[in-house]
Amino acid sequence: MIARRQLLAAGAVACVWPPARATPDSMQAAIDAFTGGSVVREGRVKLDISPLVENGNTVPVTVSVPGFEAAAVRRLALFTERNPQPEVAVFTLGPLAGRAQVATRMRLATSQTVVALAQMADSSVWQQRVEVVVTLAACVEGG
Amino acid sequence: MATLRTILTAPASARVGEVVEIRTLAQHPMETGYRRSSEGELLPRDLLRRVECRFDGELVFAADLHAAISANPYLAFQLKLPRSGTLSVSWAGDRGVAHSESVQISAT
Repeated sequence: MIARRQLLAAGAVACVWPPARATPDSMQAAIDAFTGGSVVREGRVKLDISPLVENGNTVPVTVSVPGFEAAAVRRLALFTERNPQPEVAVFTLGPLAGRAQVATRMRLATSQTVVALAQMADSSVWQQRVEVVVTLAACVEGG
Repeated sequence: MATLRTILTAPASARVGEVVEIRTLAQHPMETGYRRSSEGELLPRDLLRRVECRFDGELVFAADLHAAISANPYLAFQLKLPRSGTLSVSWAGDRGVAHSESVQISAT
């Protein structure tokens, strides 16, 4: 039992709640910085992420723009609503990109909305938002 | 100058014009700067910031990473093979971390 208590105490120290975190407003500001103020439309970009995540420390995520040549897509980006910072990653596709599809693993501090954006070569910006429920939050992000 | 342990996975050969998946993994804690040690001290931020992939110098893919990317950053993306050549991936981050790795891909 003592070992278990010590373990719990150690966990409590490591997972203090963050002093500040992103809000829907700060996410919007980060999205505006990415788009340069263009109108964001629904569609084209596809965000593959599990709607129910057990471990927020490493969440597999794939962003793609199906049905379009890679050359038609300039950049892809990921944002979160309630992580300490709204930015997750920005991906730039070069002339030799074969397909607008990128996979990575991200952290989720809590249940929240994840947003994928695609900026096309014609500067139009498209989005998909996914609500994700997290059962074990990313300590690393949360405290 | 710190270096990294990295893995770069690409096919050894493919047809010209074929789209192939490139996968990269770097061993790195991606310390967020929000976490505390067991002594209660704030651990300083230590992130990989930029990953770039080029084929014979021409850009394939680049990523700007933030604290919300998991430890040991994994990235998978697609290359359209133009000819035989060298694919190189470079990683750069806080504390002067810089590393690059290359692999030959032959076109068939």
